[in-house]
Amino acid sequence: MIRMERRAQPSRVWTALTPVLAVMLTMVVGGIMFALLGKPPLDAIRTIFWDPLFHPQFAAYSRPQLLVKAGPLILIAIGLSLGFRAGIWNIGAEGQYIVGAICGAGMGLAVYPTTSPLIFPAMVLAGAFGGWLWAMIPAFLKVRFGTNEILVSLMLVYVAEALLASASQKLLRNPDGMGFPGSRNFQQYPAAHNGEILANSGLHWGVLAAFVAVIFAYVLLTRHIQGFNIRLTGEAPRAARFSGVSPARIIFLCLGFGGALAGAAGLFEVSGPAGQISIDFNSGYGFTAIIVAFLGRLHPVGILLAGLLMALTYIGGELAQLMLGVPGASIQLFQGMLLFFLLATDVFTNFRVRFGKTEIA
Amino acid sequence: MNRRTLLSTAAATLVGTTLATGAFAAAHGDKVKVGFIFVGPIGDGGWTYEHNKGRLAVEEAFGDKVETVYQESVPEGADAERAITQMALSGANLIFTTSFGYMDPTINVAAKFPDVKFEHATGFKRSDNVGVYSARFYEGRAIQGHIAGKMTKSNKIGYIASFPIPEVIRGINSAYIHAKKANPDVEFSVIWAYTWFDPAKESDAARALIENGADVILQHTDSTAPQAAAQEKGNVITFGQASDMAEYAPMPRVSSIIDNWSPYYIERVQAVMDGTWESDDTWDGIGSGMVGIGEISDAVPADVKAEALELKDRIAAGDYHPFTGPLNKQDGSVWLAEGETAPDGDLLGMNFYVEGLTGDIPN
Repeated sequence: MIRMERRAQPSRVWTALTPVLAVMLTMVVGGIMFALLGKPPLDAIRTIFWDPLFHPQFAAYSRPQLLVKAGPLILIAIGLSLGFRAGIWNIGAEGQYIVGAICGAGMGLAVYPTTSPLIFPAMVLAGAFGGWLWAMIPAFLKVRFGTNEILVSLMLVYVAEALLASASQKLLRNPDGMGFPGSRNFQQYPAAHNGEILANSGLHWGVLAAFVAVIFAYVLLTRHIQGFNIRLTGEAPRAARFSGVSPARIIFLCLGFGGALAGAAGLFEVSGPAGQISIDFNSGYGFTAIIVAFLGRLHPVGILLAGLLMALTYIGGELAQLMLGVPGASIQLFQGMLLFFLLATDVFTNFRVRFGKTEIA
Repeated sequence: MNRRTLLSTAAATLVGTTLATGAFAAAHGDKVKVGFIFVGPIGDGGWTYEHNKGRLAVEEAFGDKVETVYQESVPEGADAERAITQMALSGANLIFTTSFGYMDPTINVAAKFPDVKFEHATGFKRSDNVGVYSARFYEGRAIQGHIAGKMTKSNKIGYIASFPIPEVIRGINSAYIHAKKANPDVEFSVIWAYTWFDPAKESDAARALIENGADVILQHTDSTAPQAAAQEKGNVITFGQASDMAEYAPMPRVSSIIDNWSPYYIERVQAVMDGTWESDDTWDGIGSGMVGIGEISDAVPADVKAEALELKDRIAAGDYHPFTGPLNKQDGSVWLAEGETAPDGDLLGMNFYVEGLTGDIPN
């Protein structure tokens, strides 16, 4: 007889162990999937996890790309994790990312083609502000009317997508673009371009911001009273209220942080790697960041590692498509497995497996 | 040149040199490696499906002499640049990037790989190793318009448009001109769906048009959802888009415009093999077979079918241009005088409706 017994406290060992276990299970089951697709499973796994880092032909290019891909994921996930720790579920980071990109890009394009060292910092602020503003909508509605922030923030993603389509065809459309939708390309506008800080490193300002956010969040959560309040609200809401923590304040704080970081991530992406506002500029970073936040156990350092791992599966997945001809959907399935196994193995963090006869309590 | 551009130029040169060596080495193998970047999944039944058929045709035509690789569902933007770079790194000699949004990424990557040839579909930016290609879909629209004008009983034709770009506006104008010739009483209503592929939105648009009395639905979006909506209603006809969509024949789908990229892809691969490839701007239509007209079904009366086929033959032979004057713009100003045909420049940047169309182009 096997039964599950709830632990008095979540196991620290298992908290650290489950992500590793989840990755290994994903490799095994993913390998079986690739075998069923008629592809060599070991080659596929090696291509996904090893080649982006060490392949003689690709690694020089794909290693820096890991940072490019992981940067926005980490930045958004850090913001989200603060809210998730307090039990505030901001699912709409994708929308905040889009609105941040529109506001920041709009700021830069409004002063085109002037050059000033202040343009880029102003765009970053405008981007963070746009994301913050978009996140304030669910925050305000939750505090004032008790609406569910999961639904409101998610629905606002679709509104933001409509705004994006409109901005790329009307307000921000490139006047020299022959009538095609899409803004000017920031790569041709050096004052507003988020280029690499060190040549060929993949390190742009957004990646740097992500690293700073990791440190900031770590200090906030371990050393600062607001960080303590956030954790307390999530773990013991009643205790938090008794000790004078205002729930409204925590809601505004957490959604605000999440929105501002997602908005900044959008700006860094649009002014750097993506280059321009276009109809489908957003490529799901806001949603993938949710996976990254949980994969990293809502811990800043964990998120850093999880973001890099997620980026690895993206780039490795692309290489696997290219070199082994596996279908694109199988890579998405592979990434989905990662989250699934993480949640599944999570059970061991909170429960202990007991063998033997059921004892009578 | 400021510091930032200086650094990135240095980086580009560095990456270019290291990477080009890899590509060069591969080019000296036995096979020509041809890569494809697709915007949708290869099973989308429309745009990407047809491009992938072109890829398979290349494999069939050259057998052991080529190797093809592809990556599907590549988002337009930062991911595209990486996907194209990795493909070039893997030793591809010729890369087709098959969606408009890959334009800037293609140009960027091409600058780093001067020995790799690139072909970008539907764009307008070229360089020494980037050619562009597209199809004159408006020629097919003329035939569609003719059939639509003859077939409608309510004199109302619905048009599901995607984005207000010249390509789509050309299609609307061409269909309208020929529907009007066939039946002076026709009216067009255009719904802008703002998507290339979204079955739910396309279905809603088709239903709305049918509710308003349209009995012919033309679409510039890629899914079969409008066909399904028309079939449900009965007595409404449609045309396949990008792909034949023959599963809806003979009703509601009475014909189709098929994108046939195979001859072009084979020709360009051959050029790379022969060492004769040069960057150029290809815009082919029915004549070369790039635009195909799907089987006109028995739901169309024999005389209308004969007229449509005659129109097709005249366009293919170059005897007739779908935009031949006299034609006025929507505001009544003269566009083309009697007998004058539209220059390609006007068509490529078309941002106006012809006289008779109602409503505004969103901009």
